[in-house]
Amino acid sequence: MIPSSFSYQKVNSVAEAIKALSSGEAKILAGGHSLIPTMKLRLNSPSKLVDIGALAELRGIKESGAEIIIGAATTHQEIATNKIIQSKLPLFAQGGNSIGDVQVRNKGTIGGSLAHADPAADWAAIVLASDATIEVQGGKGTRKIKATGFFNGMFSTALQDDEIITAVHVPLAVGSKGSYAKFPQPASRFAIVGCAVMKMADGKVNIAFTGISNCAFRDQAAEKAISGKKIDASTIESASKAAVEGVNILSDHYASEKYRKHLAKVYLKRALLAVS
Amino acid sequence: MSATTSYIGKSVKRVEDKRFITGKGKYTDDIILAGMVHGAFVRSPHANAKIKKIDISKAKAMPGVIAIFTGADVAAINGVPCGWQVNFKNGDTMKEPKHPLLVADRTKHVGDPVAFIIAESREEAKDAIEMVSVDYEKLSCVTNPAEAVKPGAPLVHDDVPNNICFDWELGNPKSEVEEALSKASHVTTLDFVNQRLVPNAMEPRSYIGSYDETSDKYTLYTSTQNPHLIRLLMCAFVLGIPEHKVRVVGPDVGGGFGSKIYHYTEEALVTWCSKEIGRPIKWTSERAESFLLDAHGRDHVTKAEMGFDKDGKILALRVKTFANLGAYLSTFSTCVPTYLHGTLLQGLYTTPKINVDVTGVFTHTNAVDAYRGAGRPEATYILERLLDLSALEMNVDPTELRFKNFIPPFDGVKQPGYQTQVALQYDSGNYHGVLEKGLEILDYKNFRKQQKESAKNGKLLGVGFSTYIEACGIAPSAVVGSLGARAGLYEVGQVRVQPTGKVSVFTGSHSHGQGHETTFAQVVADKLGIPMEDVDIIHGDSDTVAFGMGTYGSRSLAVGGSAIVKSIEKIVEKGKKIAAHKLEASEQDIEFVDGKFTIKGTSKSLNFAEIALTAYVPHVYPADLEPGLDFSSFYDPKNFTYPFGCHIAVVEIDRETGKVDLKRFIAVDDVGNVINPMIVEGQIHGGVAQGMGQALLEGVEYDEDGQISNGSYMDYCMPRADDFPMFETASQVTPCPHNPLGVKGAGEAGCIGSTPAVVNAVIDALWSSGKKVKDIRMPLTPERVWKAMN
Amino acid sequence: MHVKIKVKVNGMEHVHEVEPRLLLSHFLRDTLRLTGTHIGCDTSGCGACTVHVNGKAVKSCTLLAVQADGCEVLTIEGLSTNGTLHPLQEGFHQEHGLQCGYCTPGMIMTAADLLKNSPKPTEEEIRHALEGNICRCTGYHNIVKSIQYAAERM
Repeated sequence: MIPSSFSYQKVNSVAEAIKALSSGEAKILAGGHSLIPTMKLRLNSPSKLVDIGALAELRGIKESGAEIIIGAATTHQEIATNKIIQSKLPLFAQGGNSIGDVQVRNKGTIGGSLAHADPAADWAAIVLASDATIEVQGGKGTRKIKATGFFNGMFSTALQDDEIITAVHVPLAVGSKGSYAKFPQPASRFAIVGCAVMKMADGKVNIAFTGISNCAFRDQAAEKAISGKKIDASTIESASKAAVEGVNILSDHYASEKYRKHLAKVYLKRALLAVS
Repeated sequence: MSATTSYIGKSVKRVEDKRFITGKGKYTDDIILAGMVHGAFVRSPHANAKIKKIDISKAKAMPGVIAIFTGADVAAINGVPCGWQVNFKNGDTMKEPKHPLLVADRTKHVGDPVAFIIAESREEAKDAIEMVSVDYEKLSCVTNPAEAVKPGAPLVHDDVPNNICFDWELGNPKSEVEEALSKASHVTTLDFVNQRLVPNAMEPRSYIGSYDETSDKYTLYTSTQNPHLIRLLMCAFVLGIPEHKVRVVGPDVGGGFGSKIYHYTEEALVTWCSKEIGRPIKWTSERAESFLLDAHGRDHVTKAEMGFDKDGKILALRVKTFANLGAYLSTFSTCVPTYLHGTLLQGLYTTPKINVDVTGVFTHTNAVDAYRGAGRPEATYILERLLDLSALEMNVDPTELRFKNFIPPFDGVKQPGYQTQVALQYDSGNYHGVLEKGLEILDYKNFRKQQKESAKNGKLLGVGFSTYIEACGIAPSAVVGSLGARAGLYEVGQVRVQPTGKVSVFTGSHSHGQGHETTFAQVVADKLGIPMEDVDIIHGDSDTVAFGMGTYGSRSLAVGGSAIVKSIEKIVEKGKKIAAHKLEASEQDIEFVDGKFTIKGTSKSLNFAEIALTAYVPHVYPADLEPGLDFSSFYDPKNFTYPFGCHIAVVEIDRETGKVDLKRFIAVDDVGNVINPMIVEGQIHGGVAQGMGQALLEGVEYDEDGQISNGSYMDYCMPRADDFPMFETASQVTPCPHNPLGVKGAGEAGCIGSTPAVVNAVIDALWSSGKKVKDIRMPLTPERVWKAMN
Repeated sequence: MHVKIKVKVNGMEHVHEVEPRLLLSHFLRDTLRLTGTHIGCDTSGCGACTVHVNGKAVKSCTLLAVQADGCEVLTIEGLSTNGTLHPLQEGFHQEHGLQCGYCTPGMIMTAADLLKNSPKPTEEEIRHALEGNICRCTGYHNIVKSIQYAAERM
């Protein structure tokens, strides 16, 4: 499998990347682990790749005030094994570690995954549940998009054509506890169902799903059923009952709509149990 | 021969490893020939479509494109042949439509090749594919064999009514089986699908065709299990070129599992085209093409009934199978559902009446042929599922039911072989032994207690049994010939002793993971009393190795190894003549023990190297004896060999999701004598993993348009490391009485025994929770198990 | 159209002009003739092409050669030092961790990454670490043992 021909530009700054993006059918190349497979299959044939792999400014994890900032080009593995993440945002360590396999995690990036917006991607549920904000930069400058407003549909986001993700800001909520429960497709290791929950100190519970619909989403009905209440067998049961109702659920040869819906409820229970 | 054995029976580390662990293996795609160019195929996106027009003009003008061939260009060339003729019950010859190298008029499955593009680089060949424009008229298709035979189903070949290639029957008359079933106190009926699998050797198929005009000679490098067979089929049946003008080389080959036995159209095409364009051509399959075109396995739609008397003795077995052959007949496709399937339905049991009826069916799908086990897994699945299910239905213990019905032990020497109702005569067996050993390892009584206790804790445990038999080393040639085989099934082994006493062995048994370079050397070294380092095993090149039938059906050691032993016997016999002359003794007084030719009862002897040197420097030498020490033998076995064993699976089911977790897998196999236990165990492990893959993970899904909806590693679930526990293996040895090594074959055993054990374990778990489910369609995905529970 | 890249492979520096679409796996196999790195699939699934880039296991079929510009690449051919096999190579030999050998280089390179980060992995950790590598021959049993063998000796 060989991609179609394209031209290649390695950029030295985000500004240069944005400029390069504005010139026609260009795509950003970060880790390439969402993009290159589709190019090999010729499902995607951009005329130009803009390689941001060398941009140190997009890499790394730092704590700043009440949030943790993860550079967009930070790999899944760097996130999963980072000391700050492991101690202060274990949900992200758990999420990063559940992606693909170690070779993929060593190369794939959080920004790339979010921009690609695969309906079964793990990060999507995790940034949603953790109330993260996606920082993007484009021709018109920088803006921050709440994760809850970022995913529009299958492979579709709030990103403009000339915008790239630069960082993910995750609030550090004191006393919060998160968990990610995932039922992977055994071949692709993508989520058939991924459920991320974040229990806040004040009793609010954020619940996000990936893998079951066109894009990841926060399940407000399930959140309402359990937020502010003690997490126990009975509240878990009622949250599970409320979850993914009225949602347009995906179906494929591995998992039907009915089964996915059932799994969503089961995995919500498992994720809630882990934070109870 | 040697009195002591230094190597046989020992877990000698493999001599072939070094090149593979250092990255120095040489697979076909690793080879670059001077002037070599690259091929790529335009393939049909439709299962059944008329080709109204092909326009290659734009593609031909693309950079680097050298030539493009279409169906019209190769219309005069024969198609690739089928190697086994199965007749209809009424004696009519099976339907055998042409399998062309490129399709000219109508495509018959997705992936059927429409044009072959040759370009300077792989990239340029790929780029040109998109520029070939083909005008298709899409027609309706059929992919299920039981549907394809119904009136009005779309036809794959217009001249094959009802898509039936053949119908075939074996065993006792239907009326006798019907009568026995009608008298049974219990009949277990099972309707099921033995699903289609993709062999998935990790090395994709790769071919290089090359033509030298000065010698008028072709060379084909091919990732094949049997280079000589490919040469024979390609020269004699497809291209009509003389065999001595073709060299076929099978270098290192990255797994086969059956899929690389067959002669594929691409092999003939790169060979033929290399002369047309005057350059060597390489084509390497992409994995997507492997999913579409490597011959698939299994795909049977079956109804089976087993009748028992009130004491649990089996009275009769009736099997009706629709076997999917795909759109074209692959090399051994027709013998798999017939002679390798129907003949195994006796299993290990004394069933007095058996009838099996098989309809071979064309569909708009890729060809189906032998895949690890080939027919025997399908037969074993029928029997072993029926045994465990019958036990559940009759509320008896599945192991007691087996003990009650086992054929009693026989060694094939003092006691005769066992004549089955389905044509075979088993060589030797001790079926009670393997089950007893398996139960001991399992700690069966304790397990049943555990099962009850864990049910109380909300866990769903199950155990499944499978006591299988298989038939390896398919033979003898005269018999298989009378059953329709279009080739002999012997093997060739040449042992060339070099003047210094070092030994080069040339075998027709190609090695692609089985470790022949080690096990064959162990045999030769022990038989000649020399160090293994003095033995080199050479295989895979038709210019070097005299002839060969190749590696499949777990035949290498039983057939290929026996051919080598025959040559060694000739060497020892000649060595004795030379020794007798040199030692001035009579030939009858010379014995060959531990590498020395000795006058019996004396210390006067000559070692092997001295005899070898004398044979090549024949100064003091018998007058009537030719110089040299080099013998070739053809070994045609007297019978199949019949390995057997007991596989036990323990599973735990997640009640909420239906996910099955394999907790334990016990395999007790009796493969006859064992040359290298490490390698045999490795074969069992790999086979078990593939069998478990069929049970829980793998299966080709065709949609209504004949498209494979899971044709990549993103969708088709290959077994991975975290799907398994450590396997618990044990062995029993019942030697084969009719070959010189007493070996039976181990390559497929794991894959044959394991599948029903795993499925039975899931069914057992469900029954233990009160869900009396007869069958869950394989693979037993979490959703299917969950549905069965709810 | 072509891009000049400088890559250090197994300690040796290589400078080449490559097409941007050239995959690292093809660059290693065809340009540098290091054919120990194998290609077993099209979808980043099988792991046969695993090499280390800057010390980390990656799938070279899902990386452009241009992305490796300025990087250090280690392939199976560079794993043994001065003719001494790496403990993993020794382990695969001793424990019969390979049959056809096709997945072996990728398996070994993935295992090397594992042992670097987790010198004494449990069986479960080993099996988890191999989730991106497919072997069709061994059933993984002896691959796990091979890695355990190496872990004990490193």
